[in-house]
Amino acid sequence: MSRVRVLVGTRKGAFILSSDAKRQNWEVSGPHFAGWEIYHVKGSPVNPDRLYASQSSSWFGQVLQRSDDGGKSWQPVGNKFIYDGIPGTHQWYDGTPHPWEFKRVWHLEPSLTDPEVVYAGAEDAALFRSADGGQTWTELSGLRGHGTGPHWTPGAGGMCLHTVILDPANPDRIYVAISAAGAFRTDDGGQTWLPINQGLRSAHIPDPTAEVGHCVHHIAMHPGRPDVLFMQKHWDVMRSDNAGEKWHEVSGNLPTDFGFVIDVHAHQPDTIYVVPIKSDSEHYPLDGQLRVYRSRTGGNDWEALTNGLPQENCFVNVLRDAMAVDSIDEKGECGIYFGTTGGQVYASADGGDSWNAIVRDLPAVLSVEVQTLA
Amino acid sequence: MQVIRVQLPYHLRTLAGIQSAPGGEVTLEISGSLTVNSVMDALEARYPTLSGTMRDHVTLRRRPFLRFFACNEDISHQPQDTPLPAAIASGAEPLLIIGAISGG
Repeated sequence: MSRVRVLVGTRKGAFILSSDAKRQNWEVSGPHFAGWEIYHVKGSPVNPDRLYASQSSSWFGQVLQRSDDGGKSWQPVGNKFIYDGIPGTHQWYDGTPHPWEFKRVWHLEPSLTDPEVVYAGAEDAALFRSADGGQTWTELSGLRGHGTGPHWTPGAGGMCLHTVILDPANPDRIYVAISAAGAFRTDDGGQTWLPINQGLRSAHIPDPTAEVGHCVHHIAMHPGRPDVLFMQKHWDVMRSDNAGEKWHEVSGNLPTDFGFVIDVHAHQPDTIYVVPIKSDSEHYPLDGQLRVYRSRTGGNDWEALTNGLPQENCFVNVLRDAMAVDSIDEKGECGIYFGTTGGQVYASADGGDSWNAIVRDLPAVLSVEVQTLA
Repeated sequence: MQVIRVQLPYHLRTLAGIQSAPGGEVTLEISGSLTVNSVMDALEARYPTLSGTMRDHVTLRRRPFLRFFACNEDISHQPQDTPLPAAIASGAEPLLIIGAISGG
């Protein structure tokens, strides 16, 4: 029988939530790295007991942790994230050049084929790769160096590379997203990169259809259909059917298309989920009602999912890396999970029709990942 | 060779695996000049997991929210190669490494 392990990063530590396939009774482990910000925890698809965790603090900087026993024990690995060559400058909030400075790792993406290989998305925006289980890191500097880097500008949360997607059908293809530069793709393993932002329209930048400068919040892909991408932009939910070459809007009937998370059903590539947030000025759900919206049609037609979620006085946010799906197949449905800045982690075992809080009082949740274990 | 005392903040003790160090202190042997830099060199050599947590890997400058106190004086803004006071060198006083009070 399958088991599920939910890896939760919070403002004050990491938590591991475990259950059998019924996903009714949960064991909570943590806090791991108590008191530290844990931006992300993710397991290797090849060796699920190998976990990587990004641990950071404003005081003590970045620490990278690795577990080889599913999170029972951890060991610090390499935290030396050095930009390749002379890092140069990007654009600061006031339009002046600002030196590239490493601040933290937002996202860790273990290789789909090699447990020793892991990618790290960093602030200030850069992609690093380790081939020795996180001990040493090398920047894939073609991303910052492809030409537009000096024009990138931080979003409100910093200039973070927050999304890394590995193409299961093409080991040389990687997608990344950066706030507020946009989406980028490599087809040669990270040596060279292309901005893939055609079709995005962002009213808050001088040229709304610029090649870069878009505040992409998150991108999701179904592994069985890797050329189809779904994006939650600052405003607008977008879709690409050609590996990011061109995007079109699929916000449809959403009550607001601002938000952070987006994810794809494990067994239905056209079923996608978002959590609409009121606006970029008010980072909480509309009308105090926490609603996940599901589209069964790959966008445009959306339905609100509310069963088990608070429908009054709820003013939490759901951050960009705080939603994930398991791969248990229960009558065609998978499990969906998301965490809130109020410390709740909600789970649905029926594709979103009903929800329960696994935990309610964690520190603010920064990230949620799920492992489905044999 | 000087044997000095260094008091580390909670999170660095945890990271170094010395949570229960009495008084939060460790003793270090320093050969050559005794400065903030040489103390951090010695700390990182003994506890490699502290590398990068007190000072930047590249610039070797103190992290902004970290403070160094010696003999009731905040020496954080002195050049890091300034000799430390005799009372630190003799072990009479510890060098305090402190996380600045900020944040939530």
